Amino acid sequence: MEILVCVKRVPDTAENEFELNAEGNDLDRDDLVYSVNEWDNYAVEEAIRIVDNLGGSITVVTVGDDEAEEVLRREMAMGANNGVLLSDDAFEGSDGRGIATLLKAEVETGNYDLILTGAQADEGAGQVGGMLAAMLDYPYASLVNKIEPGEGKIKVGREIEGGNQEMNEIELPCVLSIQTGINEPRYVGIRGIRKVAGVEIPVKGAGDLGVDAGSVGEAGAKTKRVDYFVPDPGDGAEMLDGDTDEIIEKLIEKLKAKGGL
Amino acid sequence: MSMIITPADYLLFGFFPTVIFSFLLPVIGVGLFTYIIARRIAPLVRANPDYRFDNIPERIKNLIVVWFGQIRQPRYMRAGVLHIIIFAGFLILSIRSTSLVIIGLDDGFIFPGLDGTLGTVYNVMKDYAATAVLAACIIAAYRRGIIRPARYAVPEKYGHDHTAEAVFVLGLIATLMISESMFEASAVAYNYQALGDAHFPAVFSLAWFFSKMLGFASFATLQGLHIIMYYVHDVTFFFFLCFLPLGKHFHVITSIFNVFFMRVKKGNIKPVKYGVSDEQLDDLESFGVKRLEDFTWKHMLDFYSCADCGRCSDQCPANTAGRPLSPRFISIKARDLIFKNYPIKSGVIYTSDKLLVEDIYTEDEIWSCTTCGACEQECPLGIEYIDKMVDLRRGMVDEGMVPQSLQKPLKALEKRGNPYGKMEKKRADWAKEKTFAQTHTVKDLGKDTADTLYFVDSITSYDDNMQDIARRTAIILEKAGMDFGVLGKGEKDSGNEVLRFGEEMLYQELKAQNTEAILESGVKRIVTADPHALNALKNDYTGLPPVKHISEIVAEKIKSGALTMTPCKNRDNVYVYHDPCYLGRHNTIYESPRQALDAIAGLTRVELEKSRDRSFCCGGGGLMLFYEPEEETRMGVIRVNMAADAGANVIVTACPFCLVNIQDAIKVAGKEGEMEALDFTQLIEDHLA
Repeated sequence: MEILVCVKRVPDTAENEFELNAEGNDLDRDDLVYSVNEWDNYAVEEAIRIVDNLGGSITVVTVGDDEAEEVLRREMAMGANNGVLLSDDAFEGSDGRGIATLLKAEVETGNYDLILTGAQADEGAGQVGGMLAAMLDYPYASLVNKIEPGEGKIKVGREIEGGNQEMNEIELPCVLSIQTGINEPRYVGIRGIRKVAGVEIPVKGAGDLGVDAGSVGEAGAKTKRVDYFVPDPGDGAEMLDGDTDEIIEKLIEKLKAKGGL
Repeated sequence: MSMIITPADYLLFGFFPTVIFSFLLPVIGVGLFTYIIARRIAPLVRANPDYRFDNIPERIKNLIVVWFGQIRQPRYMRAGVLHIIIFAGFLILSIRSTSLVIIGLDDGFIFPGLDGTLGTVYNVMKDYAATAVLAACIIAAYRRGIIRPARYAVPEKYGHDHTAEAVFVLGLIATLMISESMFEASAVAYNYQALGDAHFPAVFSLAWFFSKMLGFASFATLQGLHIIMYYVHDVTFFFFLCFLPLGKHFHVITSIFNVFFMRVKKGNIKPVKYGVSDEQLDDLESFGVKRLEDFTWKHMLDFYSCADCGRCSDQCPANTAGRPLSPRFISIKARDLIFKNYPIKSGVIYTSDKLLVEDIYTEDEIWSCTTCGACEQECPLGIEYIDKMVDLRRGMVDEGMVPQSLQKPLKALEKRGNPYGKMEKKRADWAKEKTFAQTHTVKDLGKDTADTLYFVDSITSYDDNMQDIARRTAIILEKAGMDFGVLGKGEKDSGNEVLRFGEEMLYQELKAQNTEAILESGVKRIVTADPHALNALKNDYTGLPPVKHISEIVAEKIKSGALTMTPCKNRDNVYVYHDPCYLGRHNTIYESPRQALDAIAGLTRVELEKSRDRSFCCGGGGLMLFYEPEEETRMGVIRVNMAADAGANVIVTACPFCLVNIQDAIKVAGKEGEMEALDFTQLIEDHLA
């Protein structure tokens, strides 16, 4: 089975302290560390397991700048066979639809049976998977937490509100957005990354993909971020300050005061 | 009347010379033994290299003290004394047994040098040795078969019970002792009756008793006994020799080698592969131990040498806490696999497709080890476990088999140099705390210079509850008049656990960054309050200035008069010092912290039953804080209860990880308010004059 996994480089939520920048329109990105979007690791792991059983190959693709190459290498160290970086100045500022347009163009250059995305990204809106499927006119299943591959068709499971599980048959080729918990992604160490450090990763621009530069990037974006801020605490909401012990103490006091303890 | 006819001259049924047996038995026995040993050596030849021919004087010392001196045996007094008797008896009787084999061919044979007074002394010794060994065997069989101490039990998941083999071997040894004594006694009784020759064996020895018992037996009986007992001894001797390499009694042969080649340095971890430098690591195809032959030959020798005594597992905190790890079975399962893959009979070598952690071990089993070193400290045979655990983990890391709970901190270490994912620039923020900052400043060696580096390490730098250790350490150093500073954002995690959890390349990066920062700072010495950092910098890193733990500095400065202590502020408290594994066992710093505490006048201090090199791990440090083990109880809770039993209400430790674990354990044990945990630096700083 030929599998394409779409991945994204995001600021790591576990290893950063997020603050707004001076202009107040984005995060202060000076001291941020980035990594692969968590959901995407599950998608790649799932792809590896499918290929281990059925054969085939895995390509990982991302849209981003030069630095986005690091997440491709990490996923290749994990076990993906190929990486493709979609990078062009014209792609900058793409909205979800723009990203989906680029990914669609990449899908069409290959012969993929299965396209996986993370269910969402730390910085994203959870829209690319669905849009990509629609643009390709492929069947789509979201929030997939189980995959049972078969001939021409696969069975996918989805977790439904309230803890129920549903199983669906879906025709190939298709797009699936993968939920965390579908597997336990394997560890990638520095050694693994170094092993793939020398592997050539093709970079494709608008021309290579046959995409009209005007339809993507800031120029093609139909949604635009107009503001970025930390919301004021609403009525009844309160932020507790101090170190962990102080916060816990204050919380206990509050719970006691309200009769919760 | 003439003397008794010896096996060398005896004619069976009047025509068949028994000397033929005397010749055939050794030939067959030695031949078979040689073949078996060759098969046993086969996996060692295919194993990974291991450099064990260094530090020869140290190794000879171990041979004298650990092997010949049996120094570790009395740590378990009853079994230890029994073992010492059997061991000493074997050494003494090995000469007798060897000469007996030759006597069957040439009855006049006497070992060179044993024909004069020495021979007379030896004969007395060997008579008593045989007697003592027999008595020890009977007591040992009673212990194994009837009393059955818990540490010998084999939990179902680890396979069958080993009592039968143990008792069988004790039976073999008893047979050797009885037949040897009977052989001698029958000759003595015969010759006394026939010739009035009164060369009786040593008084009250086994042979003496037998000779007295046989005093009135007929010549025919005595002659028959003499011949039968000789061949019973001969057959048992060669059977025993060939039986030894088939099970846990192989240690009778391998122990001398195993002890000679045992670990001579403390606290360090073996390289990924001997002969491959850090710079060449990238060229290695595979890392760590994945399959049997990935172990080093010494580690295989360890498996052969395990006597199944269960002392390691009895001391293992993971085993005690109900984690799925029992070090004894790390050895025994591997030995069983060697025996299976290198069978004696067929001479074929099998290989397994499965990784060891999928076959004989489990992943959780290997992650359960805190590397506290209690098992290695205890093993009378010098068997190692930590390096094997690390090698197996290296293999798992290389295969991507790392629990999710450890992946996050490892990634954070890679990105930020600490397992919490906190910002590098905030590493020295502990020094900015308001009240501390008003009266103290700590130099940043990125900008400033000093003689001494205080290496803080991650937990003390970032954990809100541990930062106090950093501040107290700084105040102590200041009071002691030391010119010191910290690396601030230039400091990375020491990587003590990164290395021990098998993430070699990440450890290499941390080591390289720290080494560069430390050397660039130009300091002459390093001080730390974190024993894990101490261990890594001292035993794993190379080329650094000398490293000391704060407790050593405090003890020295009290002695020199640079620091004086006020009398104890809490006279009602009963303090107990808990030895952190990486301060105590791995770096033999037992006395300094105790001396420092005892310098506080009026402080009441008790000792834990398990202290110093028998200290019980609190639950492990570094990455072990992130690991979610399967366990019945927390090690920390067990430790807190031990302290309560010792009559203490304040547990003093000298390691931030111990403090975290013990503080948590006091809560879990429901002893909050009754007991408290303190760091060494806190107690000392509170009592600085």
